[in-house]
Amino acid sequence: PPSAPVPRHRIPQIPLNPARASRASPAMAAAILRRLSPAAAQRAPPRLLPPTLARGVSDSTEPLTVETSVPFTSHIVDPPSRDVSTTPRELAAAFRDMALMRRAEIAADSLYKAKLIRGFCHLYDGQEAVAVGMEAAITRRDAIITAYRDHCLYLARGGDLVAAFAELMGRVDGCSRGKGGSMHFYKKDANFYGGHGIVGAQVPLGCGLAFAQRYRKEGTVTFDLYGDGAANQGQLFEALNMAALWKLPVILVCENNHYGMGTAEWKASKSPAYYKRGDYVPGLKV
Amino acid sequence: MTVREALNSALDEEMSADPSVFLMGEEVGEYQGAYKITKGLLDKYGPDRVLDTPITEAGFTGIGVGAAYQGLRPVVEFMTFNFSMQAIDHIINSAAKSNYMSAGQISVPIVFRGPNGAAAGVGAQHSQCYAAWYAHVPGLKVLTPYSAEDARGLLKAAIRDPDPVVFLENELLYGESFPIKAEVLDSSFSVPIGKAKIEREGKDVTITAFSKMVGYALQAAEILSKEGISAEVINLRSIRPLDRAAINASVRKTNRLVTVEEGFPQHGVGAEICMSVVEDSFEYLDAPVERIAGADVPMPYAANLERLAVPQVEDIVRAAKRACYRSS
Repeated sequence: PPSAPVPRHRIPQIPLNPARASRASPAMAAAILRRLSPAAAQRAPPRLLPPTLARGVSDSTEPLTVETSVPFTSHIVDPPSRDVSTTPRELAAAFRDMALMRRAEIAADSLYKAKLIRGFCHLYDGQEAVAVGMEAAITRRDAIITAYRDHCLYLARGGDLVAAFAELMGRVDGCSRGKGGSMHFYKKDANFYGGHGIVGAQVPLGCGLAFAQRYRKEGTVTFDLYGDGAANQGQLFEALNMAALWKLPVILVCENNHYGMGTAEWKASKSPAYYKRGDYVPGLKV
Repeated sequence: MTVREALNSALDEEMSADPSVFLMGEEVGEYQGAYKITKGLLDKYGPDRVLDTPITEAGFTGIGVGAAYQGLRPVVEFMTFNFSMQAIDHIINSAAKSNYMSAGQISVPIVFRGPNGAAAGVGAQHSQCYAAWYAHVPGLKVLTPYSAEDARGLLKAAIRDPDPVVFLENELLYGESFPIKAEVLDSSFSVPIGKAKIEREGKDVTITAFSKMVGYALQAAEILSKEGISAEVINLRSIRPLDRAAINASVRKTNRLVTVEEGFPQHGVGAEICMSVVEDSFEYLDAPVERIAGADVPMPYAANLERLAVPQVEDIVRAAKRACYRSS
């Protein structure tokens, strides 16, 4: 006779405790609860209301020129002009997106400390301008890949805020159906390829995305994000060599927050001039 | 047809049929392939589709996986699978797990191929078998062709597969010639993944093997038949998914099992096959399962020691006789 079926472990679902969730904010908690209840599946997701302000914010599309506060430093390439042309509407939208990301990351921090988010939770507060600024310069046909500090990159690519939180809390409504977690957010239809847990692995992967863009002659580029900790990974230099040999349309973006896990930059990197580390590859310090 | 010709023709036809298939690896282009498997393909398809890489496995494997994320179909060659250890993070964490972690958004239609296991006199760092290592991982398929038909059909199936496939060849089989049926030459020919092949039918003992050991098992079966033992030889073809149904059906017929592999014994393929039979067909076994594997030692260089470190035909014959309670 065949053997008895192997008993499967049931992973207990963490019950959603409204009292604990409301530490984030009452409006956020209500939005999450409405979204995650069974009845919510029948309704459209609730719109988070814009805050009321003492005075209006301009949504003018009149062109506006801003000079960047710090000049660019470059390596074997001419630095771009410090003058950036934009509009009040674009700047206001950028500020709103960054403020949303900041609030979202702080809320995630609270949920993590409340043990409603398990495992790892790498936060992007302080780095929002990189994601938002990059999006302003590219299209959704260009590709982005990053490591595990990926919540805001997902949002910047058009990811759903509640789906992000559902993923962090391990729910089936999450952007990876609860199977990925904090480090594995993806949005393929917006050319966002994750969400990678192994430090530095995303660098060759991003060069591969650029390889496919060149192979198919798409005329698009890949932004391959990594941190000052990953900057020392050997596979970065392996991939950079091939990217230069094969002229791949990839931009390696080092987000230097001066710490690799708990180790300060000056203890890990002999040369902190990451923009020069490409040697034969042009670099820009932003 | 030799195994080399089978692999070369499979690559050629799949590249011709699908423009998103491209090759990447050390010496695959101008050198015509370290073992001449990719001979002529650079001339035919050009340097944009047959890429010679620097000696940087971690880098080029990552680039291949990234290209697969975007929907291209790379065939990444490792000069031997010993060097795949430099890139194993990309094979497992970047390729095998991505479909699951992204809840199906990302699929990785990549093939990692190259020679696996012992060659001749290449020493400890160039002789390991990685079948058990890769077969351990959910999200990978692991194939081990033996004959020219296996090589051609399984490589075509691997390239057409939407998921990552580890394709373990054997250097010493490349030059071996096998008779093939006419249908094998058709460009749409393929062998299903996950199905073993009964190479020789028998009724007294089942011998499972893969890759080069299939040839040894067939020789052992011939010797055994002269001593009145009818051995059934199963060519596994696919280590993951393992054809448990075929193995168990055979053991239920013969009641005795010998597993043969070239790799190290501990946590090897034979251990998994044994457990599969214990789980599904325990009452049918008339003798303990016998395991033939390589010696539990890094591969020595001296020819006499090397011969002792890999299974030989006599070892398989002895094990089959033990399983039949006929050892002398």
